Amino acid sequence: MRISCPHCGERDHGEFAYYGDATKRRPDGASDVETFFEYVYPRDNPAGSHRELWYHVGGCRAWIVVNRDTRTHEIFSVEVARKRGEPSQGAGAGAP
Amino acid sequence: MRYSVFSVLSQALKGNTGWKPVWREPEPKAEYDVVIVGGGGHGLSTAYYLAKNHGITNVAVVERGYIGSGNIGRNTTIIRSNYGEHGNIPFYEWSLKLWEGLEQDINYNAMVSQRGVLNLYHSDAQRDAAARRGNTMRMHGVDAELLDVAGVRKLVPNLNFDNARFPVYGGLFQPRGGTVRHDAVAWGYARAADSRGVDILQHCEVTGIRVENGHALGVETAKGFIKAKKIGLACAGRSSQVAAMAGLRLPIESHVLQAFVSEGVKPLIDTVITFGAGHFYISQSDKGGLVFGGNIDGYNSYAQRGNLPVIEEVMEEAVAMFPSIGRLRVLRHWGGLMDMSMDGSPIIDKTPIDNLYLNCGWCIGGFKATPASGWCFAHLIAQDAPHEVASAMRLDRFATGRLINESGTGAQPNLH
Repeated sequence: MRISCPHCGERDHGEFAYYGDATKRRPDGASDVETFFEYVYPRDNPAGSHRELWYHVGGCRAWIVVNRDTRTHEIFSVEVARKRGEPSQGAGAGAP
Repeated sequence: MRYSVFSVLSQALKGNTGWKPVWREPEPKAEYDVVIVGGGGHGLSTAYYLAKNHGITNVAVVERGYIGSGNIGRNTTIIRSNYGEHGNIPFYEWSLKLWEGLEQDINYNAMVSQRGVLNLYHSDAQRDAAARRGNTMRMHGVDAELLDVAGVRKLVPNLNFDNARFPVYGGLFQPRGGTVRHDAVAWGYARAADSRGVDILQHCEVTGIRVENGHALGVETAKGFIKAKKIGLACAGRSSQVAAMAGLRLPIESHVLQAFVSEGVKPLIDTVITFGAGHFYISQSDKGGLVFGGNIDGYNSYAQRGNLPVIEEVMEEAVAMFPSIGRLRVLRHWGGLMDMSMDGSPIIDKTPIDNLYLNCGWCIGGFKATPASGWCFAHLIAQDAPHEVASAMRLDRFATGRLINESGTGAQPNLH
């Protein structure tokens, strides 16, 4: 599997670290327990199109959002996470 | 037919022409007391123990493919109970005890081989952690021996002891661990369940779960609607999709795990050995092939095939431990679906829907759990209460904070 980094071009996925479901957004710190439970634990875990966060740790160190088919590993799109206003953990190398 | 020395000899004299299929291929009945969704190891053992322990024989096991087509027929065949968390140890020890008596119980040769499991350590800190784990196991009545480097040399003389980066300091040894012929586990449980009246329905995909007013009523299948008083889900990597048919969302991600078999060689490794400086485990099958694997690939996948970075990593670990196998060729390799839970431990519990029960979250370690998983799931379904040794494996532990966090990596399934 190769991922086209928006900054570095097509690279082997071994250069990237996986963080998981990109549709999850960290709730406000004052949120109740149920909201945090929903953020941390349940997953849709789809067989098909999956929006997910990867970190280009062996390259430009950008957080990216990859839309990938979990049945075939075909990649539909790759975007820089910050540009799309993705979750705050996508904003820095120290995340999550 | 009951297998014995005499049945084997008489068949040999008849040119093996008298063997019959070992389970029936019935058409589905309109209604069952219990329908188990998933004909893998856990589903089959659940059906067997429902019949044997609880006298519930009006049971169907519904399987999308054929028996033995999933992970029960594709794994590294290791059994052990060297766990460190209270919620896990009694369960896995019960599973090992069931393995020890399995062949007599189901009258089937599963080639249970207690050749021992050795976890290497490579530093003083790892030795302390191994000693702690070994002591925890022994306090739970599980066998464990802490070996120094001389002890490991005696057991496995051909290891690379003086690796410059990761020298072998010793190992934690569980003599009762070992390997089992995985296909025989599926066939043996299927035959044993069938002989007690369980219907095994192959090529019968479940397409829906009928739920009304919070009660599960039955399953829609490729062969029509099957009514059920109780439904048990044992769907491993497909758990999220099947549970979604009843409107449930699970704390599960499906990942791919690869494993490998080398060409056959003469006896080289007579125990199960794990590398302490990475994630790698190896044993030798009775046919002579080395059977080994490592980490999951680390991303959500239903593809049943992995990628090259993990293959490279696994081969590096293999050669770091055993330089002598560097020129062996890999005969075959495969990728399977893992139901990775959010704390790395399984779920055997009721669901918020009446009469619907859940068995999932086995991560990369479901094979060794096959007997106890079925035993405890059957108990849950029959008694409507958790079995003592599986009482911590609750679905609501993620909300209540009572996690069984064996690896200590948190809600990040690709790190378990």
